[in-house]
Amino acid sequence: MAQSFFGGVHPDDKKSATRAKPIETLEAPAEVVIPMSMHIGAPCKPLVAKGDTVQLGQRIGEPGGFVSAPIHASVSGTVKAVEPRPSSMGGKVLSVVIENDFQNTISGEVKPVADPGGMTPEELVEVVRNAGIVGLGGATFPTHVKISSALGKADYVIINAAECEPYITGDHRTMLERPEQVIGGATLLAQCFGVDKVYIGIEANKQDAADVLNREIAKTGAPVAVEVLHTRYPQGAEKQLCQAISGRQIPSGKLPADAGCCIFNVSTACAIYRAVYEGMPIVSKVVTVSGSGVIEPKNLECPIGTPVAKLFDACGGLREDTYKLIMGGPMMGMAQYDTEVPVGKGTGCMLAFAGDEEQYVSDPQCIRCGKCVGACPIRLEPIFMYKYLMKGDRETFEHKLHGMDCIECGACTYICPARLPLTHAFRMGKQQVQADRMAAKARAEAEQKKEA
Amino acid sequence: MTDYKNLKLIASSSPHIRSEEDTRSIMLDVIIALLPALLMRVYQFGSWSFRALTLTVCSVAGCLFWEWGYRKLMKKSMALGDLSAVVTGVLLAMVCPVTLPYWMILVGSFFAIVVVKQLYGGIGCNFLNPALAGRAALTAAYAGAMTTWLAPDATYPAFGSADIITAATPLAIMKEGTAESFAELTNTYSLGDLFLGKIGGSLGEAPALMLILGGIYLLVRKVISWHIPVAYIGTVAAVCLLSAPAGVGAAEYMAYNLFAGGLMLGAFFMATDYATSPVTRLGQIVFGVGCGLITCFIRRFGSYPEGVCYSILIMNCTTWLLDKYIRPTIYGALRREKKEAAAK
Ligand code: SF4
Ligand code: SF4
Repeated sequence: MAQSFFGGVHPDDKKSATRAKPIETLEAPAEVVIPMSMHIGAPCKPLVAKGDTVQLGQRIGEPGGFVSAPIHASVSGTVKAVEPRPSSMGGKVLSVVIENDFQNTISGEVKPVADPGGMTPEELVEVVRNAGIVGLGGATFPTHVKISSALGKADYVIINAAECEPYITGDHRTMLERPEQVIGGATLLAQCFGVDKVYIGIEANKQDAADVLNREIAKTGAPVAVEVLHTRYPQGAEKQLCQAISGRQIPSGKLPADAGCCIFNVSTACAIYRAVYEGMPIVSKVVTVSGSGVIEPKNLECPIGTPVAKLFDACGGLREDTYKLIMGGPMMGMAQYDTEVPVGKGTGCMLAFAGDEEQYVSDPQCIRCGKCVGACPIRLEPIFMYKYLMKGDRETFEHKLHGMDCIECGACTYICPARLPLTHAFRMGKQQVQADRMAAKARAEAEQKKEA
Repeated sequence: MTDYKNLKLIASSSPHIRSEEDTRSIMLDVIIALLPALLMRVYQFGSWSFRALTLTVCSVAGCLFWEWGYRKLMKKSMALGDLSAVVTGVLLAMVCPVTLPYWMILVGSFFAIVVVKQLYGGIGCNFLNPALAGRAALTAAYAGAMTTWLAPDATYPAFGSADIITAATPLAIMKEGTAESFAELTNTYSLGDLFLGKIGGSLGEAPALMLILGGIYLLVRKVISWHIPVAYIGTVAAVCLLSAPAGVGAAEYMAYNLFAGGLMLGAFFMATDYATSPVTRLGQIVFGVGCGLITCFIRRFGSYPEGVCYSILIMNCTTWLLDKYIRPTIYGALRREKKEAAAK
């Protein structure tokens, strides 16, 4: 039964702007820019060159290792360039630029699985790998790696439909409009893992979606159960969802599979469904475009590689006084300064904030209110982590305060009345600790070499 | 269509939204929560009302001035707008006698703001509650003036006259802790008097009713959590129930102990002071229980009739310890220990 997780905050969910808006298909742009790195792991090697003709769904990026996922053409047309282009992750990333011929010629590689019911787990992993499926909730970890590393370990298979970040409604709409894909994908996962039930975790503010899914389950008799959870951020974080649904805690520094859990985003489940039943790899994404700067917020489905400017165009443009663009949700998303960056596999939301800018406190003073401690879902003590980081004491941060367990959810920074940049400091601190570790490792290796 | 190139975009790190609540709004909430009690009490002082009001204003002005002056002198950033000095000023006035000379309260506010708060680095860095420390310093320096408690119906003396009609506070009356002294107290003041503030004492000692309402407001607004006030008041209640003097109804004894003196003000507004109480929930409960035990001890065995002020100051000194040793068990740690145990 649905339980709870530690801490958490209740930001205004702001979902009403797009909650009732059906997913619209964006008119495909004249040109798409497909980065060769849209996932965690090794980047892809382009399989096409300038001048090549490509078809929709054709593989254009070959995975660069086991932890990687292939990339496919999201429109049919001609390759205009293979060159570094600005990416949403900052800097430039090698990308394939395709000029759309608007024919939507589907590639011969796109073939549904002949007998979905008879698939072995290994076969499903292969289909998922070939379809380039990665964690579509934003984590973008290659799904085939996740499945194969959890096979035989996970007895709790969970679909993450919490969608706990404010503004975002893409998953909500997907569940309302495409329940057969959600339940179908979940059923495939149940079959793959050999579990009696797959749990779908939904926040209580999406009761209507839970009802639709329950009707679908009743209709098909699928081995799926819907769990309605508290509306609280970060309900959709892996560790928190795992805790809320299974009551188990993922050991520090370990994967959900180590607690017997395997978690997939709801749109990942849909992607698995489409890969199996339609043979279609990841070529499009549902993106919620919202925020005070957007004239007419919408849920749009667009080809991967669509410049975000096209999304804003489709929403009536932006207000003149827009001061911030964010890819992803407001709690964990990344600020963008270029509207030409493309939609990637992990893009679920584009926000524009306009009007009164956030007030920066130039010399923030912690008032020791302890609210950050109460809000941290990992039960860390952000107040002290920050204090020691500011003193440059990464030793205490790492070992005594368990700073490396911070999931960078932003709950502490959200709640802090003194406006301390807590999460930012932790992100930097974690990076430095990692760098320290690497340096120490390199030193140790060098010494070993010397001795040998 | 909008030309996106013209947008003035800022880049910053997530999260991109913040809760509405900031330091200023929290302090404002504390002030709002104190106002009903303060105003009702000021009104009850009758012909002394004006004096009570000017003393409060003087205390607030003093705190603001010292804060401003110190930070100006030290060339530090100005944060008068966070209203924390105003809260200290109001609280300081509320724990002092209405008859206190103006200059004394300025000395008190100097001690509270400069010595206790700013010398340690300003807001959030002090380890003692500034208002209570200010009061303690004043009591040490000017014991007489700090224990002149106005009678509830005292009239303001005519010009040139120095006669101040004083009264013993309820706690002083039952100080001896015998059945007789308690009977004297119940004859002087009814529970209703206590509850509605018709008693002698400082501005903040009553009315309990309004202080509780203010406390509830802070709880509802999530400015404070229930842990400290409930642990504190609960401990005092439990100790009193168990230790009522022979021949006195335990419940009545407890009620008088709860509503007399500074317990309500202390439990809701002073023990909960962020800077000087622990940050973890469990630490806060221990802190509250500690305050309660020490309060009862001082009331019963100490040389002062009231123990709220000192009990909180004493517990303030243990806060760093409580924060050091009472730590939350982090997510995933439980399993880790179990696993290690299993591995053995
Ligand atoms: S929430 Fe902010 S002000 Fe409060 S204790 Fe944490 S860091 Fe300090
Ligand atoms: S950002 Fe890190 S420290 Fe802050 S609440 Fe989230 S997990 Fe805790």
